[in-house]
Amino acid sequence: MSSFGFSADPLDPARYRQLLIDDACGGFVSFEGWVRNHNDNRPVVRLEYQAYEELGRKEGQRVLEEARQKFEISSALCVHRVGALEIGDMAVWVGVSAHHRDAAFKACRYIIDEIKHRVPIWKKEHYADGDSGWINC
Amino acid sequence: MIRIRVEFFAMLREHAGRANEDIETDAGTAAELYAELSGRHSFPAIGSMKVAINQEFADLDSRLADGDAVVFIPPVAGG
Repeated sequence: MSSFGFSADPLDPARYRQLLIDDACGGFVSFEGWVRNHNDNRPVVRLEYQAYEELGRKEGQRVLEEARQKFEISSALCVHRVGALEIGDMAVWVGVSAHHRDAAFKACRYIIDEIKHRVPIWKKEHYADGDSGWINC
Repeated sequence: MIRIRVEFFAMLREHAGRANEDIETDAGTAAELYAELSGRHSFPAIGSMKVAINQEFADLDSRLADGDAVVFIPPVAGG
């Protein structure tokens, strides 16, 4: 099983983890991306994510399939939040289960790195001074 | 003239003041279409912009066809 999706509602890591449980697996690794209160030395008060979801789902799915090709994993799941988020909210969740831990660690790292660079998602930060801006744009 | 449906995201959506636009254009390629839209909406330079045509990544030099759906993709920032 491998699946990538977007969620307009708060992420639910307990539910996602449940989807990856497999008696053949000896290891599970997850990564949670959180909204932090600063970026480049500027205080951040909230942010919003916007995604081109039709293409994003395809590209996210391709990343997960690549991870399955490259590493000996059983299952991988990634969910990215869209909409308005507050400090401390979970922006992205990645989970991987595998027979052995090494593949799970490597695949989890691969997935979050590729998702960040390839999936059409944009982040707008709102700063404490009232300014705001799209990151990287 | 061909008819193109353009969808905007992130700062392009803010510059355009809308999420999408149906446009009749003589633009032959995605890059030419971007130049035309830039004039109207004060878009930033094409720089590291990417493009998707009909829900798949494409080259900016790709030829456009009547009825294509085009999305310009500014540098992404997920995670």
